[in-house]
Amino acid sequence: MLVYLPVAEVSVNAFVLIGLGGLVGILSGMFGVGGGFLMTPLLFFIGIPPAVAVATEANQIVASSFSGVLAHLRRKTVDLRMGSVLLVGGLIGAALGVGVFNWLKSLGQVDLLVKLCYVVFLGIIGSLMFVESLNAIRKTKSGIVPKRKKHNWVHGLPFKMRFRVSGLYISVIPPVLVGIFVGILAAIMGVGGGFIMVPAMIYLLGMPTKVVVGTSLFQIIFVTAFTTLLHATTNFTVDIVLAVLLIFGGVIGAQIGAVIGLRLKAEQLRILLAIMVIGVCGKLAFDLIVQPAELFSIAAGGH
Amino acid sequence: MLRLIVLCLVLAVPARAEDIVLGLSRDSVQITTNFSGSEILIFGAIRREAPVPDGTMGLIVTVEGPSEPVMVYQKDRIAGIWVNARDVEIEAAPVFYAVASTAPLTDILDDGADRRHHVSINRAIRSIWARVTHGDVREFVEAVIRIRQNSGLYTLNEGAVSIDGDTLFSAQVELPPNLIEGLYKTRIFLTRDGDVVSSYETDIPVHKVGLERFLYNLSRQQPLVYGLMSLAIATFAGWAAATAFRAVRGS
Repeated sequence: MLVYLPVAEVSVNAFVLIGLGGLVGILSGMFGVGGGFLMTPLLFFIGIPPAVAVATEANQIVASSFSGVLAHLRRKTVDLRMGSVLLVGGLIGAALGVGVFNWLKSLGQVDLLVKLCYVVFLGIIGSLMFVESLNAIRKTKSGIVPKRKKHNWVHGLPFKMRFRVSGLYISVIPPVLVGIFVGILAAIMGVGGGFIMVPAMIYLLGMPTKVVVGTSLFQIIFVTAFTTLLHATTNFTVDIVLAVLLIFGGVIGAQIGAVIGLRLKAEQLRILLAIMVIGVCGKLAFDLIVQPAELFSIAAGGH
Repeated sequence: MLRLIVLCLVLAVPARAEDIVLGLSRDSVQITTNFSGSEILIFGAIRREAPVPDGTMGLIVTVEGPSEPVMVYQKDRIAGIWVNARDVEIEAAPVFYAVASTAPLTDILDDGADRRHHVSINRAIRSIWARVTHGDVREFVEAVIRIRQNSGLYTLNEGAVSIDGDTLFSAQVELPPNLIEGLYKTRIFLTRDGDVVSSYETDIPVHKVGLERFLYNLSRQQPLVYGLMSLAIATFAGWAAATAFRAVRGS
């Protein structure tokens, strides 16, 4: 069944979109990530204009994060205070990110920027996660319980604030900076940024693992909602029909994924995710290095 | 589907020996939610006040979509990766251009006539004006033609026009699913020995209707309302999914 997308101005098979949403939803449910980093490149491949893909994906992430955060609120695993501090940074970052996005779009380098961001961040995160989960598997086999570092340079900064749910008394500067950084990525890459924020919260801020996912989801909802509005009002690139189809597949997939996720061990899940992240990164890097068959590309013009 | 048969009679009394009388299978194309491309049947007759003249006859139909400015980028290897290194803005290039003819174009249209009437893809697109930033603009115009030909937006269909008994003709032009709104200029050329002896021009409007039109207009005219609506739908969908699956698991 072909559906004409009013903003993207292309016809796409509705079942392909629902299927893509479902597939990415399963992965995001399994690994507890938004899946934006997989969905956005997949949308490029099926012919959705990159600007529309990035903006619409932000809107889809609002739906999937909202669905996820409700479960975490019920279990009381959301640090609302920390979430709000991260959010302040996130909103600043998103505004900066959309600005950079529009500026590079006028220079014709937005595709390169998006792809380079993907290669760099997926590469770093993927390798770190891979090494870390390999070590974790070795340690569980040898029976040593890993110890969380209690003090690092983060604890020496001013503007301290107490975060009860996380059991932390730290400066607000690192969370705001993490927020800004993730906000920029959200606007440029069309991702929620969970894959950067979750490790940053654990290793940099020292938050307990059980509140990390809920808190990051809480922050992501607002940052991606803000990004959606910015793209909708400055670029007119949010396609609601596309978003609805992706959301429909995505929410079903996420629930199936969550069930599968419960049956696998955390370390195994992390290794699988790491391999997938490295795979996507490798493919994008390969495309940048190998000479493309068509050296020319066209985009809508007009300044 | 509603099929409107409109016969556009040529009102002016022809001074030439041959003239084209045209009909279209539809007077407009509507883009709806389940739009998957469209086909326009262009048919008509050649009116003559004198006996059939000598010479090879040819009929060429062109359909040209609205023109939009395009940026063309050329990649080059910089520091080991391929980046857009050069760009040229082409002020106006049609989003769609289809040529259908009775025989190979070179047989029924000579170069001079092509240059005057901008019939073939190359002539029609090259006639557009380009602002050169740097480098050779020809390469860039050719790239636009090549890329759009590969994606089926510029098509040449030699033999798609059929002529019955030297007077009646019909041609089918397929419109792609990724159609853009606007007036699609349709031209018909009658040629004798490579020269155009008669031509006819009309416009086919293509527009979005119903929900598609409403959403598109909303996104342009009330972007904030549209954005908020998108968020409301997303939030509702997220809540509905969480609630529905809790109910399923709870039971």
